[in-house]
Amino acid sequence: MAEFTLPKNSKITEGKTWPKPQGATETREFRVYRWNPDDGKNPRVDTYHVNLSDCGPMILDGLIWIKNNIDPTLTFRRSCREGVCGSCAMNIDGTNTLACTRAMDEVGDGPIKVNPLPHQPVVKDLVPDLTNFYAQYASIEPWLKTTSPTPQKEWRQSHEDRQRLDGLYECILCACCSTSCPSYWWNSDRFLGPAALLQANRWVNDSRDEATGERLDNLEDPFRLYRCHTILNCAKACPKGLNPSKAIADLKFKMVERQV
Amino acid sequence: MSGPNSSMSSIRTPLARVRGLGSARSGTSDFWRQRVTAVAMIVLIIPVIVVVMMLLGRNHAAATQILGSPFVVIVMTLFTIASVWHMKIGMQVIIEDYVHDEKLKLALIIGNNFFSVAVALAAIYAILKLSFGV
Repeated sequence: MAEFTLPKNSKITEGKTWPKPQGATETREFRVYRWNPDDGKNPRVDTYHVNLSDCGPMILDGLIWIKNNIDPTLTFRRSCREGVCGSCAMNIDGTNTLACTRAMDEVGDGPIKVNPLPHQPVVKDLVPDLTNFYAQYASIEPWLKTTSPTPQKEWRQSHEDRQRLDGLYECILCACCSTSCPSYWWNSDRFLGPAALLQANRWVNDSRDEATGERLDNLEDPFRLYRCHTILNCAKACPKGLNPSKAIADLKFKMVERQV
Repeated sequence: MSGPNSSMSSIRTPLARVRGLGSARSGTSDFWRQRVTAVAMIVLIIPVIVVVMMLLGRNHAAATQILGSPFVVIVMTLFTIASVWHMKIGMQVIIEDYVHDEKLKLALIIGNNFFSVAVALAAIYAILKLSFGV
């Protein structure tokens, strides 16, 4: 059955409140989810105070400041710090987003609550295990499939055909959408989730691809595709402003189109 | 969580688990029927409301007379078919969403089919019985 409460060993407890930085005139409170697989304890929420005069404006800046100045054991993924790599996806103030593109100012008054992406196994602190998510992406076979002889130069595409990939190719696979989707929470073992389906639609809409029907065959399934109930959390969460729900609707439309 | 990663008894690769038993190559017909029945209900709901308003507070004889009209009885029957079909698909979706025990899921889906057919037949029988003034 669907799980509506956390398992006993996942219940979150109050953690340590770290002392405020000395001499700081302006600080911002961070409440961060901590879990260490090695200490056998339940997850906890630690409280930190970030010195704003010594720190950049983004949530990621705050987390890096905490790691450098207060607690080097705080664990999170980050790389590009400009919304391109998707590494720092996490749940900030109740919404899945990228820590590097969400400013501290954008989170209203009170502490900034930072949790790992929801409903994924946690590796440590803010690092979720996205093995299943990546395998789902691999399952849609995200590469050009052709049977015609490879041309001397590139596979050509008209401007109009290229435009059909807009709103799809920008996806950075940060997993904000899939892990915000209740259908994905309950059925992530069989439902591919918004990110993989948006990527699938990107290849279905690629004018150069010769496996469109085969791709649709692989998606036509009560769980893989039709678990999407247009809840739209995906579109709300996407830090790149994409609309996975629209991409999924396009897939459903094509499923009907090839039958009637 | 109940995801595939929690199953430590299996050492299949993540891709093998995701591919699972493969695509069912179905689901579109239910998706399509849910939309068709939804559109049908949008069209039928206004005459159905009118008929129900007309029936309110009337006695058996008056109800028989109203439902005796071919237009009224056809509208009521069509609405019953569309709404029960829509309900059946919707309830199956809920079962598939939340019930992950395969045997229980199958039992509930069979029960859902029986229940929906019984509801539809009972309603249509009642409508026709009144319509024919028996």
